[in-house]
Amino acid sequence: MSETTVPSIQGPASRGSRGRHAALTEPRPVRIALTLTAVGFLGLFLLLPLAVVFVEALSKGLGPYLASFTDPDALAAIRLTLLVAAIAVPLNVVFGLCASWAIAKFNFRGRNLLITLIDLPFSVSPVVAGLIYVLIFGAQGLFGPFMQRHGIEIIFAVPGIVLATVFVTFPFVARELIPLMQDQGTTDEEAALTLGASPWRVFCTVTLPNVRWALLYGVLLCNARAMGEFGAVSVVSGRIRGLTNTMPLHVEILYNEYNYVAAFGIASLLALLALVTLAGKSFLEWRHADALAGRGAH
Amino acid sequence: MSKAAALPAGRGAARFRRPSALPGFRLTFGITLTYLTLIVLLPLAVLLLRAASVGPAGLWALVTDARNLAALKTSFGLSLAAAAIDAVFGLLIAWVLTRYRFPGRRIIDALVDLPFALPTAVAGIALASLYAPNGWLGEPLMALGIKVAYTPLGILVALVFVGLPFCVRTVQPLVAEIDKSSEEAAAILGASRFRALVTVILPPLIPAMLTGFALAFARAVGEYGSVIFVAGNLPFVSEIAPLLIVIKLEEFNYAGATAIAAVMLLMSFTALLAINLLQDFSRRRFGHV
Amino acid sequence: MTAGFAPTALSLRREASARPVESASAERLHHAGTAVRVDGIVKRYGGPGPAALEGVSLAIEPGELLALLGPSGSGKTTLLRVIAGLEIPDGGRVFFGSQDTTDIPVQRRGVGFVFQHYALFRHLTVFENIAYGLRSRPRAHRPKEDEIRRRVERLLELVQLPDLAKRYPGQLSGGQRQRVALARALAVEPSVLLLDEPFGALDAQVRKDLRRWLREIHRETGQTTIFVTHDQDEALELADRIAILNKGRIEQVGAPHEVQDHPASRFVMSFVGETARLAAEVAGGEVRVAGRPVIAAEAGWPQGPVDLCLRPWDLTVGQGPGTLPGTVREWRRTGRGTVAEILLDGAEAPVEVKVTDVYEPGDRVALAVGAARVFPRG
Repeated sequence: MSETTVPSIQGPASRGSRGRHAALTEPRPVRIALTLTAVGFLGLFLLLPLAVVFVEALSKGLGPYLASFTDPDALAAIRLTLLVAAIAVPLNVVFGLCASWAIAKFNFRGRNLLITLIDLPFSVSPVVAGLIYVLIFGAQGLFGPFMQRHGIEIIFAVPGIVLATVFVTFPFVARELIPLMQDQGTTDEEAALTLGASPWRVFCTVTLPNVRWALLYGVLLCNARAMGEFGAVSVVSGRIRGLTNTMPLHVEILYNEYNYVAAFGIASLLALLALVTLAGKSFLEWRHADALAGRGAH
Repeated sequence: MSKAAALPAGRGAARFRRPSALPGFRLTFGITLTYLTLIVLLPLAVLLLRAASVGPAGLWALVTDARNLAALKTSFGLSLAAAAIDAVFGLLIAWVLTRYRFPGRRIIDALVDLPFALPTAVAGIALASLYAPNGWLGEPLMALGIKVAYTPLGILVALVFVGLPFCVRTVQPLVAEIDKSSEEAAAILGASRFRALVTVILPPLIPAMLTGFALAFARAVGEYGSVIFVAGNLPFVSEIAPLLIVIKLEEFNYAGATAIAAVMLLMSFTALLAINLLQDFSRRRFGHV
Repeated sequence: MTAGFAPTALSLRREASARPVESASAERLHHAGTAVRVDGIVKRYGGPGPAALEGVSLAIEPGELLALLGPSGSGKTTLLRVIAGLEIPDGGRVFFGSQDTTDIPVQRRGVGFVFQHYALFRHLTVFENIAYGLRSRPRAHRPKEDEIRRRVERLLELVQLPDLAKRYPGQLSGGQRQRVALARALAVEPSVLLLDEPFGALDAQVRKDLRRWLREIHRETGQTTIFVTHDQDEALELADRIAILNKGRIEQVGAPHEVQDHPASRFVMSFVGETARLAAEVAGGEVRVAGRPVIAAEAGWPQGPVDLCLRPWDLTVGQGPGTLPGTVREWRRTGRGTVAEILLDGAEAPVEVKVTDVYEPGDRVALAVGAARVFPRG
């Protein structure tokens, strides 16, 4: 890195006690101070909150900690969270694959507008995401009377939770795939076509393997958000214990009841999920960096 | 002649789409557009229509209602402050993580994304517990006379938390790509390190910093889960706009909720537009995003 | 001034009597038994600029090795992709044999296509890459596993890579990838083999070897082959016939010696081989450069201002009337003798001429013209 490149360029000998390449990096005390500030900031703002979750969860010992998972309401919340993720993530995977195929492999007008629209849910507050479905399907909503007449429940029921989750996790898969597939171009697909492969075979044996790591990356992030979403789900769920409570909502209820061990117990599960997600994400970035090319910030 | 009859799709769609030998455009484009419309566009349109149906005068009255206005001010003001803090520390962290080598760097680098991955409710109760008057940080801070939890300061801390990764991750790739030779050129020309930093290295990073700032701001304005536990939620003091939407909904005051949501949406879209323009500018000016 | 110019006159006469390209290829279109035929292909890429292809017609005979030669942007790759079915033309028809394939999708055209950067499937082994086309056939026509194995192994031998079946494309050199790409394209027993800049991404030595080897494979298989190149040497050395494209049109189609010795246009003249060009005038039965007569004019030559085009190998240091004056820019020894870089008076660029004497930069010389061609100035 900066210390080993271009040894021929030496800073003025007077600058810095170590002298070497002072012009190409900061003086050592400055480097140390900057590093300590950065690491300290991260420790204070990121590491401490993470640590406190586990410490609080285990504050009364292992027994009460484990007991927080066997409570029937907690189990119901875990089940519902898994169910919602199991619906929302595949839906967004199918959508992401369709959108990236259409956008990256073809040239049509309004392509950039479409990309912007796909990113839209990222800039909508989760609460607003919940609200829009209440305005449509709620008791006073657009279809409210119709739904009541036919006994269809969406708001304060599982379908509403799924809808809100799909909305907030909408762009995750697509935005990982689109830049990568744009980078890869269309020659691999064309090669397969000249060899007589059917469209479906081209997709399964050429396109999908080419984007598999980016797809996994997107799924990882999509799943983390789907399982952890709070604001949007909280607006549409109605928080009916054992029925429409997801894990994050259950955490809130337990916390507001001053049941800290149980609240942080469930929270620690979600924190573990986050850590697994981060580990998987870092592994993919480290091991398959070239297969994720074109990946931008979120 | 026969050509037109043989290739109606190629001809008819020519103005919209360049013809291609690859299959599946109609299917995938159709699915994309349908799904996007049903899940995102129509619901958002319903919200905007609903807000419009209140009428401009009614909307104005709702927005300028003292409590609503206070909540919006709190949300936007603290979001701006949090995004500014994130932008500064984001640059510092990106710089340190890319330029320096120290033990644990990889793990710390991975940790930067924690706010993306950690459910907001978990972050919320963790921050509340940390900064509560008897918490790990709350207690010593109380001794200094600083109260964080259940005050606007608590909101600020939560917003800094959720926005930080945006600011690090937008700047980081650019720090890694900084052209060494321009640094060297500055050194050869006799610039001091500080001068080189300010005149050569930092300017190309500014668009990315602003992009990160805008992303962090947009996220902070809408943030709910990590804030409400640590905010105290006192009307006129530490009540954020998203919480007010939830409260109005619980009171079945749909018009009030819709009005606040519409204002927030407009702000988010403005931020989104600003981000796009910034990236456009950056691409043209510096050849990268 | 008479005997010395006999060959010149001869070649000029051939030039003058050569039919326009369009009519020559149009005539060929009516021949029976062409392998591939394109007729009036038009392709636009949007925008106000010229079309990528502006009504191109061409016929390829069975077993022929044809080069599409042209500078970048001439439309040669677009034409190849139209034949393959990878581009949908805005006008014109494509025929394979007597069958109109214009509307047949690429999967069912049965072409073998070798992409410029090979487009090998990175996640599949060399074996699976080559077997891909066979495995893609509908179940009823799919060969049995041991038949696939046998055919892939035979192809690996043909491309001289029998031991690399289990490797991945990432583990191969550029030349090896090129061979695998060719084997993969040949595996489907295509009616025509299409190669897009087949040697473009390789270094000079590998390029030379592969060229010879491709020629051999072509002789062995008798496969109708069309390849795209911007390298005139490659086209001249490999192809049975060369189609020269410029700005979306075919300038000339012919055997290598035809396009080299009897270029149909000034573009072909300067694109196929080094050329010195001088402003000249045809009047009174002679060609004059700067008012001085150089060579005799033949009947049928355009009168008035012309471009006089000269091949360096038709120039020799000489004296007397009809020689062209010039200045030596540089003199050097090469592996094949001594050459002088000479800038003819009035020419834009110097030419390298074989010489026997030693020269200094700045020396004035006169060059005798062995053969020349003229094209109307424009």
